[in-house]
Amino acid sequence: MRDTTQTHIVGTPALRKEGIGKVTGGARYIDDMALPGMWHGATVRSNIARGIIKDIRFGAGIAWDEFVIVTAKDIPGENCIPLIVDHDQPVLVESQVNHPEEPVVLLAHPDKARLHEAVAAVEINYEPLPAVFTIEESERQKTIVWGEDNVIKRFLVEKGDVDSAWQRAAHIVTGEYHTGAQEQLYIENNGVIADWSEADGLTIRGSMQCPYYIHKALLRVFDLPAEKVRVIQAETGGAFGGKEDYPSMIAAHAGLLSKKAGRPVKIIYDREEDLAATTKRHPSRTRYRTAVDGNGRLLAMDIQVDLDGGAYATVTPTVLSRATIHAAGPYCCENIRIRSHAWATNLPPHGAFRGFGSPQTIFGIERHMDQIAKAAGISPEEVRRRNFLAPGKTTATGQEIRDVIDLPGMLDRALKVSDYEAKHLRFARENATSSPIKRGIGVASFMHGAGFTGSGERYLNSLVGLEADATGHVTVLVSSTEFGQGTNTMLSQVAAEALGLSCEDISVAQPDTQRVPNSGPTVASRTTMIVGRLVQDAAHALADILRGKNLLGEIFSVTEFRAACAAYTERFGALRAEVRYQAPKDIFWDDVAYKGEAYPAFAWAIYVAEVAVDTRTYSTQVVNFYALQEVGRVINPLLATGQIEGGVAQGIGYALYEKVVWKNGRMSNNQMTNYIMPTAVDVPNIEVYFEEMPCEHGPCGAKGLGELPHDGPAPAILNAIQNATGINFTSIPLLPEDMYLRMAETPEPDAKETAGCV
Amino acid sequence: MSAAKMHWPEIRFKVNGSERSVSVPPMKRLLDVLREDLELTGVKEGCGEGECGSCSVLLDGVLVNSCLVPALQASGCEVLTVEGLATNGALAHIQQKFLELGGTQCGICTPGMMLAAESLLKNNPKPDLDEIREGLAGNLCRCTGYMRIIDAVRHASQKPLLAEEQAEIDAVRR
Repeated sequence: MRDTTQTHIVGTPALRKEGIGKVTGGARYIDDMALPGMWHGATVRSNIARGIIKDIRFGAGIAWDEFVIVTAKDIPGENCIPLIVDHDQPVLVESQVNHPEEPVVLLAHPDKARLHEAVAAVEINYEPLPAVFTIEESERQKTIVWGEDNVIKRFLVEKGDVDSAWQRAAHIVTGEYHTGAQEQLYIENNGVIADWSEADGLTIRGSMQCPYYIHKALLRVFDLPAEKVRVIQAETGGAFGGKEDYPSMIAAHAGLLSKKAGRPVKIIYDREEDLAATTKRHPSRTRYRTAVDGNGRLLAMDIQVDLDGGAYATVTPTVLSRATIHAAGPYCCENIRIRSHAWATNLPPHGAFRGFGSPQTIFGIERHMDQIAKAAGISPEEVRRRNFLAPGKTTATGQEIRDVIDLPGMLDRALKVSDYEAKHLRFARENATSSPIKRGIGVASFMHGAGFTGSGERYLNSLVGLEADATGHVTVLVSSTEFGQGTNTMLSQVAAEALGLSCEDISVAQPDTQRVPNSGPTVASRTTMIVGRLVQDAAHALADILRGKNLLGEIFSVTEFRAACAAYTERFGALRAEVRYQAPKDIFWDDVAYKGEAYPAFAWAIYVAEVAVDTRTYSTQVVNFYALQEVGRVINPLLATGQIEGGVAQGIGYALYEKVVWKNGRMSNNQMTNYIMPTAVDVPNIEVYFEEMPCEHGPCGAKGLGELPHDGPAPAILNAIQNATGINFTSIPLLPEDMYLRMAETPEPDAKETAGCV
Repeated sequence: MSAAKMHWPEIRFKVNGSERSVSVPPMKRLLDVLREDLELTGVKEGCGEGECGSCSVLLDGVLVNSCLVPALQASGCEVLTVEGLATNGALAHIQQKFLELGGTQCGICTPGMMLAAESLLKNNPKPDLDEIREGLAGNLCRCTGYMRIIDAVRHASQKPLLAEEQAEIDAVRR
């Protein structure tokens, strides 16, 4: 392995590659583009949760002959968006509606302003069917809305012997925890432009995370060969998982309109449509039953994980997988059973959102650890310290920890930088006075697996390319997308480091399926570790090509590299290296038993939240936040810090602000006015700390970090609220009205539960 | 479309220092006039109801959500959009700081956020951290958690950077 400690560009705060366009307003997002002769498209959606369409009427007062109208009958290929479960989610409803806001009819018109009233004038009549809206209704299985039993996916993880452990327990602690749906709330709404031509097929430009997911979907919907579908990512204004799968749907819609209209068609969702119709984080219920010995050590964990998948499978099986694997937390326990189910309901399908199932179960386990601490009569930090995973120990799936991780040391550092001990004592003292403001401090410790789960990366089989022109300028060819998280900059730094160049010598090609190979989807904290490593390998392969022609020495200068590129391209033509993913040989995963190495590497973190609860208004302010994580080598400390801070802010929203209000399966607060995300005033100072232990799988020792920061804030904050108020709140989001209702039930906290008395 | 357009009264205003005139429905949103009629697509739409601030512009020096302003209201006014911040290709101070200090991630809130910062710094050239937070509270950013934006605004301000205050918002702690 190359020396990963001596680097000249990796580890520096290199300027964001596409930053100039973003600060000048020159960056072109999809709604900033227009094609000649382009029309605008809109979607007519179901307004009931479940039922059979009896008829569709096009109401009076609209010049329908000016519109292009598309229904399921116009689909040339298969009426489905293929993802994990085939033939599940249709592009357009043919007869049975399975959730509110399901697409039924598409309209296009040259004047965008005319579409609104036209959509409203389409009347769909239904024969309603019974619907289910919650996990509880779905698991009762009285009304079957998906498959034979409403179960989209189930997993069972078993380690050791859970059942015989209870009799040895000094304490048995049980708990049930709930998390709500959460909207990704990228500030740029979804949108695409489709351009159909008989000669070239279908070209899609749009806001997206995964160009090749859209490519795959459109081949089936339009029954086209691969070369007749082209997908190009426009500058993308935030995604967070929310643009992982739904853009395939919008691309199919715009494509159908474009094909029928014989001209380009643009579909841009407004905020209300984007909020009501597209995916959100899966609501969850987790149940923990844990056996603990007299020293607070975990003897057994019996865990139930239940997710609300919504009406179609989409990415739910893999979200449930990640939720399941992360449910036991970063703790060592010899006896673990995790039973998990994803239940179908008649809500719009829930989908990917940063963390992808792990924020849900980490909320459960990290709230539960504080209850174990209380039962065992030790502090929350001490119960964690006594149970941490360590090198040589195994996770719930039996994965041996090979990272040289020191969680007790990280905990010490997090407590020190947050001045935890002193604050804990001071808050206990102050809270005992009559002040209406109660302060608290809480901890969460957690890990997050980088890359696709289990054998996922093998199936993805990612390919990356690197090209150099005659001047020695290098272009990175990947389908990995930039949507704010820093892909372009990070990959440029990796390539520049490997070739001894500067970032200015590197470009990252615009993701375009006609130009870039499939380096996999931009999800799962995989871009830095997996794709970054492939780019590093491709850079070495590029240099080897030059060495193979005796144009470059083992060690070379920038000038020598440029001269070699010039000589090569003159004599041999295009200079290009490609590298395909190869699974590490010592990684074993059993998809059936759900055992083995779930991830090549984990990122580890200890977060500390400090809160002030106003007992008059029931509002909670996060006053300070400390985020310490081990993410392998940090490629760009400025961008990495920004990622952590942004994830923490989203986690604060998840805990305290962001509530999706459902009414008969439809989001009823689908506006930014009443779905509230944190503002600059709501987010406290966030102190970000990194520990860097080089990881053998990533470029220069880097691991993934994108999702990690969303996992820990919510439990840390609710642990702090319990420290402040003495009340064990078990559901998020915890808005003032929720806190009021809970406190009205039990107005006086148990004296023993009050902060500082443990 | 074009026939109807002829009937609309002309609205004249100054945009980024240049005299412009448009013939549009008087209640057309200033946001749409800027994006569609003047092709200033740096002005972004995020919510269409004045919550997110992505469409922020300065109207006679006052920060407004251009999605809530009818075109008629801009008649005779001076409008500043993100495209008017740089002069002769040189980035404005605020743009430079957003670029250098991680103030932009996905970039969609950035134009509006920088104009909010410009407005804040014009009225209060030496804001403290809380005043910066207040000044940016009408502009939502989903990527950054605001810290790098606050740092950028702080560095763009005229307030001396006190070590202890700066330490609160430093990006790199190792």
